[in-house]
Amino acid sequence: MKIVVDYDLCESNAICMEVAPDVFEVRDDDFLYLLTENPSEDQSESVLIAAERCPKQAIQVITE
Amino acid sequence: MSNRLSSVVVVGASLAGLQAAQTLRRSGFDGDLTLVGSEPHYPYDRPPLSKRFLAGTWDEAKLRLRGAVDPDEFQFNWKLGHKATGLDLEQRQVILGDDGQETLSYDGLVIATGARPRTIDGCELTGVHVLRTLDHARALRSDLEGQSRRVCVIGAGFIGAEVAATARELGHEVTMIEAAQSPLARVLDHETGMAIADLHRDHGVDVRLGVGVAKIEGGVAGGQDGDDNGGDTAQSGGVERVVLSDGSAIESDVVVVGIGVVPSTEWLARSGLTLDNGVVCDDTCMAAPGVVAAGDVARWPNSRFEGKLMRVEQWDNAVEQGGYVGGRLLAWSRDDAVEPYAPTPWFWSDQYDRKIQLAGFPSARAEVVHGSIPERRFVQLYAGERGELIGAMAWNRPRHAIKAKQLIARGANMSEAREELS
Repeated sequence: MKIVVDYDLCESNAICMEVAPDVFEVRDDDFLYLLTENPSEDQSESVLIAAERCPKQAIQVITE
Repeated sequence: MSNRLSSVVVVGASLAGLQAAQTLRRSGFDGDLTLVGSEPHYPYDRPPLSKRFLAGTWDEAKLRLRGAVDPDEFQFNWKLGHKATGLDLEQRQVILGDDGQETLSYDGLVIATGARPRTIDGCELTGVHVLRTLDHARALRSDLEGQSRRVCVIGAGFIGAEVAATARELGHEVTMIEAAQSPLARVLDHETGMAIADLHRDHGVDVRLGVGVAKIEGGVAGGQDGDDNGGDTAQSGGVERVVLSDGSAIESDVVVVGIGVVPSTEWLARSGLTLDNGVVCDDTCMAAPGVVAAGDVARWPNSRFEGKLMRVEQWDNAVEQGGYVGGRLLAWSRDDAVEPYAPTPWFWSDQYDRKIQLAGFPSARAEVVHGSIPERRFVQLYAGERGELIGAMAWNRPRHAIKAKQLIARGANMSEAREELS
């Protein structure tokens, strides 16, 4: 699984950070940082939920 | 014991309904799954309708919800452009169309028919708009294209405020009228409501507070909204002015009525379901055996907030509740116990360059713990009666808003919240 964030769409609503804090982090500068682009099996469920919950639909999850 | 679940009908093909359907599929439900939508469009995202789509920077293709980008992906039966007109709980059938000839049988039913905008007299005039659907947005967008118009926005709720901001940014002359003493009085305290008024005034909007609308005046009602009038609407028999309760009048080419929504439950009137400002459900969003509701139409007791009956008109809730009810139906089919649906509401609104977020609920016990209201970058906390954190508002502080949401969810007290969010 690979995560791609469309930073043109992302408005740092930080919902992803709520759902998957070990993958997504909105820092003090109000920008989103990906802590990993290739989440583990354990993280995949929360990453999918984060992608769904993103109000801007800025997170794309690519599964092989 | 278990309940048969070989077919599910989802009435309402927007955010909550689509999410419910996707969740069912993702959880292994492989039976018949039908989505009924009254609009002819595949599910699309509504928040951009008052912002980027209205501004003309986004086209329609960008609006499509991800779960519907490939309509065949989840093997849904799409019934778009079909209106549900009745429900027979006994026979487990949804009735479609005004003649009631077509029916859909279900084992499980998801009610996600959302809400429709409130209207007032004058809404039938050319140039007067409401904004909820893609068709509404197309019509309004076409009226805001080209030359500068005099735009009057009735209601300073989120839709009104966002439309006012977009129209201003497009270069129109904008007046925003609000009957309450401050904008968003239903959800915000007076001070932050006034900060919204100031934000709009600084951008050149004429904000009129504490004054109602007596009537919308215009010529002979013209064609349908969305027609290309090809010129000044006032001359083509459309809207001319909005007359206020203090007797003053605002000459207008375009009027947008944003005075809230009514849950779409008319089709359930004779169903036997409990209807009271929405479909009343138990704390697991179940309205009857095998019948669940989600999104703007659902009203349920939220155990996180002392079992208060809630109906939440928010994007995030539609996603979360839609997903929840999908799982709820599967649990029902297996007779499994489920945790109640007890979310902490959260929403955002983008106006000009400000991102406004509210988690939980405001109260009179408000306290700014970060930044300041005049600089329009702040975090304000709201305390409950026992000193617990029940709400937080953040302007251009999204990280804080989400942290506050988590603190509310775990029942943090104010001193803990102050420490974490200052």
